[in-house]
Amino acid sequence: MSAASPLPGQSRRGESILIGLAVGLTLLFIAAPLAFIFARAFSRGWEVYAANILHPMTLHAIWLTTITALIVVPLNVAFGIAAAWAVAKHRFPGRGILVTIIEIPFSISPIIAGICYLLLYGRQGLLGPWLQANDLQVMFALPGIVLVTMFVTAPFVAREVLPLMQAQGSEQEQAAVTLGANGWQIFTRVTLPNIKWALLYGAVLCTARAVGEFGGVSVVSGNIRGQTNTLPLHVELLFNDLNAVGAFAAASTLTLIAVVALVTKAALEGRKGT
Amino acid sequence: MSITISGLTKRFGQTEVLRGIELGVDRGELVALLGPSGSGKTTLLKIIAGLEWPDAGRLSVEGEDWLQLAAQDRRIGFVFQHYALFPHMRVRDNIGFGLSVRPRAARPGKAAIAAKVDELLHFLQIAHLANRYPTQLSGGQRQRVALGRALAIEPRVLLLDEPFGALDAAIRRDLRRWLRGVHDATGSTTIFVTHDQEEAFELADRVVVMGAGRIEQIGHADAIHDHPASPFVARFMGATVELPVTLHAGRAEGAGLDLSALPRRALPDGAANLFVRPQDITPIPDAAAPWRIASRSSTGAHLRLVVRAPDGAEAEADLPRRAVNAEALDPGAPVRLRIEAGTIFPAERRAALPVVTPISLKLESSR
Repeated sequence: MSAASPLPGQSRRGESILIGLAVGLTLLFIAAPLAFIFARAFSRGWEVYAANILHPMTLHAIWLTTITALIVVPLNVAFGIAAAWAVAKHRFPGRGILVTIIEIPFSISPIIAGICYLLLYGRQGLLGPWLQANDLQVMFALPGIVLVTMFVTAPFVAREVLPLMQAQGSEQEQAAVTLGANGWQIFTRVTLPNIKWALLYGAVLCTARAVGEFGGVSVVSGNIRGQTNTLPLHVELLFNDLNAVGAFAAASTLTLIAVVALVTKAALEGRKGT
Repeated sequence: MSITISGLTKRFGQTEVLRGIELGVDRGELVALLGPSGSGKTTLLKIIAGLEWPDAGRLSVEGEDWLQLAAQDRRIGFVFQHYALFPHMRVRDNIGFGLSVRPRAARPGKAAIAAKVDELLHFLQIAHLANRYPTQLSGGQRQRVALGRALAIEPRVLLLDEPFGALDAAIRRDLRRWLRGVHDATGSTTIFVTHDQEEAFELADRVVVMGAGRIEQIGHADAIHDHPASPFVARFMGATVELPVTLHAGRAEGAGLDLSALPRRALPDGAANLFVRPQDITPIPDAAAPWRIASRSSTGAHLRLVVRAPDGAEAEADLPRRAVNAEALDPGAPVRLRIEAGTIFPAERRAALPVVTPISLKLESSR
């Protein structure tokens, strides 16, 4: 008998039905819609596709999304390392609560984050008058988009790095201390190399989420075409304009970013534990 | 380097981990801190290393106050039970780490570091492992590398926390001899923590027995074995049988006990406790004696007997299976107990402990 033979009492037919179901549903619900995006985007040929991508409004949306990710991801990497380090290597009151708070963005709908920020920084908001008096535009501008995206993607890096740091404990750092290393040397030569794959993995997940964020951003950006329209918002706008090919062309760029992130993630996955 | 510790206390929350430690260690000495888990021995070691800070007390090395020095500046070598090697560095880079993180002015050149590392690799007999990563090494090899890493900075004091605790028995014995050799060759002042009596006595010049945050006794193997300073040390050293006796003019007496082998003690008359190892108890058939054999089991070479007194007190006796009278010692047989050796302490005021500790515990401590 081969190693893959079914267990006694489990028929070969039942096994094939289960496998068929898993493959079929994956194709139907995940692969087919993705393929459809590219099919529609290219439905009128390369030239129309290229023209749609190179449309100034679409280019601006791509640029805005890229800028947002470039600001948010490094900040969240720094935040994630700091939070994981504080929780994993130290004992202090409120440590458990901190872990829970870090995870809130995972469980809360992004649109709630958007509304909270609106109430805090908006014209009628708590800090609104002060911001206006100092001529600072947060809502309906890049700072608002960055703030909401940071909120939504905050847990990704911390969540990846924390379990690894907890598993490793702090003996290596203690060993480095006794060998005379200073704080910076310990961080760069002992702590960081130990978490680098988990860190990259978290950063990739964070990037994918930052690029695709829709709900929270749609509240705080105001959807001003060519000014505060990120790529996901732009897709929706084009779709509402009944510009299906344009919408799908923009969507294909988003999908491409997501697929690249996925492949990178899969490549990193194997190295995470090492 | 000579170490002087006085009045050291430390508490974690409500728990007093160290309650006034007084200890001096001479230059070049190899000292073992021996005790059960929770006795505070590792905390004491970490305070000497600068990885923990005491609540009160003094710690000075060659007259210098070490409590004013950060761990980085003490130049100690610390070896962890679980090695704590840097997994992303080769053995060579692990050993060279301490030299490579020195401030630029004090840092040796690359070639000088490499030469020092090579010298250590040869000295520790691990030259063939130089380019491996820690995950490619066995436990014993990892601990040799960890010691090499600690020795590379030419530590003023070498501290080892249960260094062989994670290794199996054969390798442990091997490394013990090897560590003694390393210590003799480097002449460094060394303190190591262990819960293994055999390890402590075989390796150390002096053994410091710790219990519940206090130093119970300091001395050499024979003295601690034959003359435990407290009931705690007696129990820890395997005298797990406690028999209530009465003292008259320095002589101990007890119903059904033959205590003629014990010397006179300069202790006041009255109630006392006798601490005995099971192998120092010989049951002798005696129809008039109050003890009865309660159970008998054999390990092949040895017989283990549990004897019971009319008041329910129990004691455990170990004797060679081929001993005289052995076949007469069946369950139910009346016996008196001849005590070959033991230690007497005035009765403790608190409630007496059970006379026989559970067998699993006993096996642990007599190993």
